[in-house]
Amino acid sequence: MRILRILLEKEFRQIFRDPAILRIIFMMPTVQLLVMPLAADYEVKNVKICVVDYDHSPYSRKLINKITASGYFTLVDYSDSYEEALSYVEHDEADLVLQVPHAFEKDLVRDNETTLFMSLNAINGVKANLGGAYLQSIITDFNNDARLDWLQAPRFNSTPVISIVPANWFNPLMNYQIFMVPGILVILVTLVGAFLSALNIVKEKEIGTIEQINVTPIRKYQFILGKLIPFWILGLIILTIGLLISRIVYGVVPIGSLGTLYFFAAVYLLAVLGLGLLVSTLANTQQQAMLLSFFMMMIFIMLGGLYTSIDSMPDWVKTFTLINPVAYFIEVTRMVILKGSSLEDIRSHLIIVFGFGVVLNSLAIWNYKKRN
Amino acid sequence: MNVIEVNKLSKHFGKFKAVDEISFAVSRGEIFGFLGANGAGKTTAMRMLCGLSLPTFGQAQVAGFDLYKNAEEIKRNIGYMSQKFSLYDDLNIRENIRFYGGIYGLTDSEIKAKTGTMLKNLKLEKEGNKLVKSLPLGWKQKLSFSVAMLHDPQIVFLDEPTGGVDPITRREFWTMIYEASDKGTTVFVTTHYMDEAEYCHRVSIMVDGKIDALGTPLELKNKFSSSTMGDVFIKLARKAKRGDD
Amino acid sequence: MKQFLFFVRKEFLHLWRDKRTLFILFGMPIIQIFIFGFALTNEVKDSRIAILDEAKDEASEAIIHQLAASQYFDIEKTISEQQLVRAFREGKIKLAVVFPQKLKEQLQHTNAASVQLIADATDPNVANTLVNYASAIILDYQKQSKGFEPIPYTIKTEMRMLYNPQMKGSYNFVPGVMAMVLMLVCAMMTSISIVREKEMGTMEIILVSPMVPLLVMVAKMVPYFILSSVNIASILLLSVFVLDVPINGSLTLLVAECLLFTLTVLALGLLISSVSGSQQVAMLISLMGLFLPTVMFSGFMFPVENMPTALQVISNIVPAKWFYYIVKNVMIKGLGFQSIWKETLILVSMMIFLMAVSIKNFKTRLE
Repeated sequence: MRILRILLEKEFRQIFRDPAILRIIFMMPTVQLLVMPLAADYEVKNVKICVVDYDHSPYSRKLINKITASGYFTLVDYSDSYEEALSYVEHDEADLVLQVPHAFEKDLVRDNETTLFMSLNAINGVKANLGGAYLQSIITDFNNDARLDWLQAPRFNSTPVISIVPANWFNPLMNYQIFMVPGILVILVTLVGAFLSALNIVKEKEIGTIEQINVTPIRKYQFILGKLIPFWILGLIILTIGLLISRIVYGVVPIGSLGTLYFFAAVYLLAVLGLGLLVSTLANTQQQAMLLSFFMMMIFIMLGGLYTSIDSMPDWVKTFTLINPVAYFIEVTRMVILKGSSLEDIRSHLIIVFGFGVVLNSLAIWNYKKRN
Repeated sequence: MNVIEVNKLSKHFGKFKAVDEISFAVSRGEIFGFLGANGAGKTTAMRMLCGLSLPTFGQAQVAGFDLYKNAEEIKRNIGYMSQKFSLYDDLNIRENIRFYGGIYGLTDSEIKAKTGTMLKNLKLEKEGNKLVKSLPLGWKQKLSFSVAMLHDPQIVFLDEPTGGVDPITRREFWTMIYEASDKGTTVFVTTHYMDEAEYCHRVSIMVDGKIDALGTPLELKNKFSSSTMGDVFIKLARKAKRGDD
Repeated sequence: MKQFLFFVRKEFLHLWRDKRTLFILFGMPIIQIFIFGFALTNEVKDSRIAILDEAKDEASEAIIHQLAASQYFDIEKTISEQQLVRAFREGKIKLAVVFPQKLKEQLQHTNAASVQLIADATDPNVANTLVNYASAIILDYQKQSKGFEPIPYTIKTEMRMLYNPQMKGSYNFVPGVMAMVLMLVCAMMTSISIVREKEMGTMEIILVSPMVPLLVMVAKMVPYFILSSVNIASILLLSVFVLDVPINGSLTLLVAECLLFTLTVLALGLLISSVSGSQQVAMLISLMGLFLPTVMFSGFMFPVENMPTALQVISNIVPAKWFYYIVKNVMIKGLGFQSIWKETLILVSMMIFLMAVSIKNFKTRLE
């Protein structure tokens, strides 16, 4: 145990003397947490709309007023023709075009029915979907108002109506930042755990000090623990810094218990450290280590449900999710911070991630030979 | 008393025989020079004896322990100084001593005492807190040797320890080696400098993976009718088929 | 000229012999395309939902049947009120549909009933979308149950999706992946390659040789330039043949713009190398100063128009942003040069500026 303590002393000294690492540890969470949630606002708002009004009737104008008054849309232009409106879309100056046909009001009254045409820039599917849905609901609203104008109340009420009462739990203000912040915390912790630890070991390989260690009576497990423990601690420190920043800047206060969060993070770190360790046994240069861990992390993070929902992924990808530790951590962080999930709730996640830790570390230790 | 006994030790990489059935013995307190041209296999051989590389076959005992079965015990009893000197650049002198001392099981008070002695002997008392990377090469090298000797090992392995330093520092270094040998430490050293070969008690010369000569410098000079070890070396190395590593 | 080619050859050998790195640099874009193309989608489907059915009558069963049949939903289970919160907390469901008691009776007698949709709003957009889909299904039932009597004075809407009728996420992602890959290979790898030479000390040997130092640096860029071209080609091929993303506009124009962007990014790599003392620093700067902003501000991951003004201004100095716009317009919208000449000009001036600065910086560092 004394040997371990001596090893740890050396590791910590080296880490804190390395300006690059210090910069990463303190600057990175700050920058990422400050900028990313601001940048990652997926809310669909300020949808730019161009209206082509062939009717120019009081009713068409009423409709357009209702649209602009809704707050979701910004009227870019009141175009004379579809072609003109389309050119706005081509230049990304408008997201959608609404065409009001000639004789809109007249057709509605005379034929009981008329049609509006929407053209949406669907390159961004979410925007198109939601933008279309918002516009649709405004039109439906407008439609109901119009009916009330022309019909007497009782006759209208003979139609059975199911009213839908939506309730938004856990994030009633529908704030996207709250959604992003836990995810970013996961990235930070994973970066330190996998990335930095891998780089660290490979650096020793490259310089040659690893040989010196191999010649001493330091046992394999002592060396590995000596490498893992500092980054384990660093990972938890970064989590703390991240949580503090989230609290101060975004007012995100974990609803669930901090203890649960830290406990899971501690177990999760074991797993990603194992991953970093494994990478370090596979890479010979710092460049390789960096590329490899970056590459793996990117895949894990992308497929971890950070930006897009895992549910929507095809089945074969979902299977991969089962062995993606990042996915578990992302889910747990969101669950604990935003929904107040307890230790009981995340029990299965905990066990699985612990299993990862065991497997990855065993693989890495087996791979690391003092003698070749 | 032999501290190193080697019998037909070999290391093959596929069909390539880097070390081809070498046999020799080194007795306690000897300064044993392990010479050879580049590519002859001496670094590979030394790495096997230090436990860094597993032999393909053959027997060896280092410090009384079997190379295959008791590698970890061997490591406790040897010191090693590699070509790259491997002190930690970003730690200072004291910290490096503390680290290696602790690794080899010295107590805190022992470490403290030895640090004081070492700094005094090397005349580095005032530089104790300087980072190793700021030291000139000669000092680093002497420091590395001292650190390798920190735990009073039975044998110390030196891999080309005097590469790139001026003659005066080399002389001082060899003084340190003699002192160690006088105290009973066996010194196993590889080198390219043929004048250093003359300083050794006994010398072996490896060519193409085999030991082509083994004996005291005097014996070898007589055997090969040469006036210097340099000549002996050239005569043997000329026959070599293998070039650089 | 011949000397230059010798240097280029040496640089190629460096890259070629490092098989691990090569593998990653080749494989990464390909894997990214597959991931982005197939796995990542902003589409919402197969979302796990739960039903709290207190009615258990014809009406609720009909609606549940419709929900189950829809591709958007995956009915996880039917639960009770006590299990509701737990189900959300355990992350098992994203939406709960609550049917009140005696739904059908209420509808028939009072012409009014309410169904509650409880959404997990941690991801607001998903919540919104799910609520929309569920509402549509419920309203559909409402229409059907009345026997298709048309409600008087109806405004119908017809929606047309432009450029991406199948609403594929890949249309959005592919141009972004191209920018990311170029950034990574050209800027980061080039800068690391140059700095590594510095670190190992072989730089001095090169500087002592009769080669003009600048040409040495150019020689370093050549393998990565070629690698990026191969990457772009593979990305385009995969996108067209595997992901069904079309190249609607002129291929020549597209390739020309890609080359332009590649040169810009190479200049960035040179600049980074001239201010980095070690490989670690070069990596750090490339990642934090280049890669991250590219991902954030180019517009393919996060909508730039939603960002606070300050960030939007910053996004204008990220070359990837302009590149992304250009590629989208040419590749997906199928537009010609007239629609992108402004952006191209910006990119060209960025490239010239960066080259000038990095060359100047490089020369001063040497002295």
